[in-house]
Amino acid sequence: MLTKTSTRVFGLFIGLILVSLLVWASIVLGLTKITTQMVIDSFTDFDQSNEHYIIQDARIPRALIAAAVGSSLAIAGAIMQGLTKNPLASPSIFGVNAGASFFVVLGVSFFGVTSITGFTWLAFAGAAIAAVVVYMLGSVGTDGLTPVKLTLAGAAIAALFSSMTQGILTLDERALDQVLFWLAGAVQGRDLELLNGVLPYFIVGWVVSLFIGKKMNVLTMGEDVAVGLGQKTWLVKVIGAVVIVLLAGGSVAIAGPIGFVGLIIPHVARWFVGYDYRWLIPYSALLGAILLISADIGARYIIMPAEVPIGVMTAFIGAPFFIYIARRGINE
Amino acid sequence: MSKYFNLRLGKTQLLINKKSFTVILTLLLLTVAMVITSLGFGQMKVNPVEVVKAIFGYGTDMNQLVVNHFRMPRILLAILAGAGLAMSGAILQGIIRNPLASPDIIGITAGAALTTVGFLAVFSDRSNALSVSIQWLPLASLVGAVLMGVFVYLLATTRNGVQPIKLVLIGVGLSAAVQAVTTMVMTFGPIYTAAKANIWLTGSLNATNWTEIGIITPWILGLVVLIFFYTSQLNMQELGDDLATNAGARVQRDRLVLLILATALAGGSVAFAGGIGFVGLMAPHIARRLVGSVYGALLPVSALIGGLIVLLADLIARTAFDPLVVPAGVFTSLIGAPYFIYLLFKTRK
Repeated sequence: MLTKTSTRVFGLFIGLILVSLLVWASIVLGLTKITTQMVIDSFTDFDQSNEHYIIQDARIPRALIAAAVGSSLAIAGAIMQGLTKNPLASPSIFGVNAGASFFVVLGVSFFGVTSITGFTWLAFAGAAIAAVVVYMLGSVGTDGLTPVKLTLAGAAIAALFSSMTQGILTLDERALDQVLFWLAGAVQGRDLELLNGVLPYFIVGWVVSLFIGKKMNVLTMGEDVAVGLGQKTWLVKVIGAVVIVLLAGGSVAIAGPIGFVGLIIPHVARWFVGYDYRWLIPYSALLGAILLISADIGARYIIMPAEVPIGVMTAFIGAPFFIYIARRGINE
Repeated sequence: MSKYFNLRLGKTQLLINKKSFTVILTLLLLTVAMVITSLGFGQMKVNPVEVVKAIFGYGTDMNQLVVNHFRMPRILLAILAGAGLAMSGAILQGIIRNPLASPDIIGITAGAALTTVGFLAVFSDRSNALSVSIQWLPLASLVGAVLMGVFVYLLATTRNGVQPIKLVLIGVGLSAAVQAVTTMVMTFGPIYTAAKANIWLTGSLNATNWTEIGIITPWILGLVVLIFFYTSQLNMQELGDDLATNAGARVQRDRLVLLILATALAGGSVAFAGGIGFVGLMAPHIARRLVGSVYGALLPVSALIGGLIVLLADLIARTAFDPLVVPAGVFTSLIGAPYFIYLLFKTRK
């Protein structure tokens, strides 16, 4: 673990460099061979060649989207784990992704929504509803908010939303064709426009998340302690929830449900900086971006020339991790 | 007045709780009534008297064809699958000692879904036709369900045996991963496979035939007989590990056997009926409210309620949006989820 502030800052710096390197790798690597010179040329001297189109319309968008979505999901996961004191909390386990997916499919199928803004708001609404319902369900009962209850409530709500999503899709094959790939979670084939549409919400989420670290630290000491120290705990929770919805909902709107990033990354970040949320959140953001860009690059090589949906990649990495945490015991 | 009927057969003596007996009898009658109503409804309406006549072979040819050939198989499947899922849920809630456990939530259904979709994708040729008989599909689902059950069990095993909470958490995590793979298979398969798979995933009883009933009936009934011998062990599981061990139960071994039974029941049910959700969660709860949590009464009551729920869901599914046939699973989820929420609020007291 990095304990000194200077090493932590240095760690952030290394993380930033790694993210930039991976973005570069994501632009250069793949089925079509691209050189760094071509990338530069595509900006300065666009010659309408295939390569230049690929760089501008495929590679750069997917690299940037992977980075943005990866950090957003990781931050959302970190805040969720903090607010619920549950090491297994993450947008996918909580049904937030399933809720957002259901609303998007509902919009596409019944209301003919095709615009990016439409998608975004539907995803936000779905994410918010699922998060609120699961949180409420998980916290009723005499023993309050226990990790097991929360996980079960999340699983049940996720099951509900996905069965309704499938129900709509069985009735509407056209919609099935349109949304199936999106449902698997993907960062390729998305326009930069999509990212631009969601970016304002992301930026709000990122900035706010960097400033609530201190409050989160107090809250994780326990509700009573936090109240005793004069904190308005409800305010912190509400702000945290809004950030989660903005980041997780926005991610689903762009890339579809991508699971397990929000689960794994905060744990990895904790190996570096422990439980201090002022550091945990920025580290999670960088590590999330690193994971998702790497997964996206890997997804191109496994069954070349086809690609594995990135949601499947993260599930393969994430499931063993989840099982490891569950086995070790959730109360530690 | 005693609470029990005292039944003596030579040396053996059976105590039958009067209340449970009444509940079971009422549910049986309700099921028969529902079956007759459901047989009569559809694109061609048949009145109840004609339905009964047709069942016993005295109806018109047309009625007999519709009632016995088209509608009877899917109605029997609804009852069997509903009963199987409900009993599976009741057993899982007993061993996990958490009222929210059910075969769909701990991933058994997800495992079956993956192998089913995989089967449809692998054995489809270029022209979108299946290259092997569709008869093998249930076997594929069953294998998936059982493998998933085994995986979850093994991964949840630690030095101290299997902790119920770990069983459920690992089930949830693993099923999320398995679902991702299922979606991938659907994306890469032809769109025909995706559409077909989606119908299975939601749970539909459309186009059931007598052959399928011939396979599922002995499967479910055989398991019911086995479970009958394990009801007392199941009651022990509810006590918790320490108490049950002190009372002389072999907790870990029983838990494994019961988990296998629950998996086999759920696997057999979803193999034919598809991933019908929430029945395994809902039915045991309703049953518990009616007869309490002694498994001798709880299991048959759960089974009957499960059958009724799926029967009702299927009736709505095939008549409400005529001519569209909606998968029955949509309706079980629509009833199941609010019930689940109500349940959580109720336990607050």
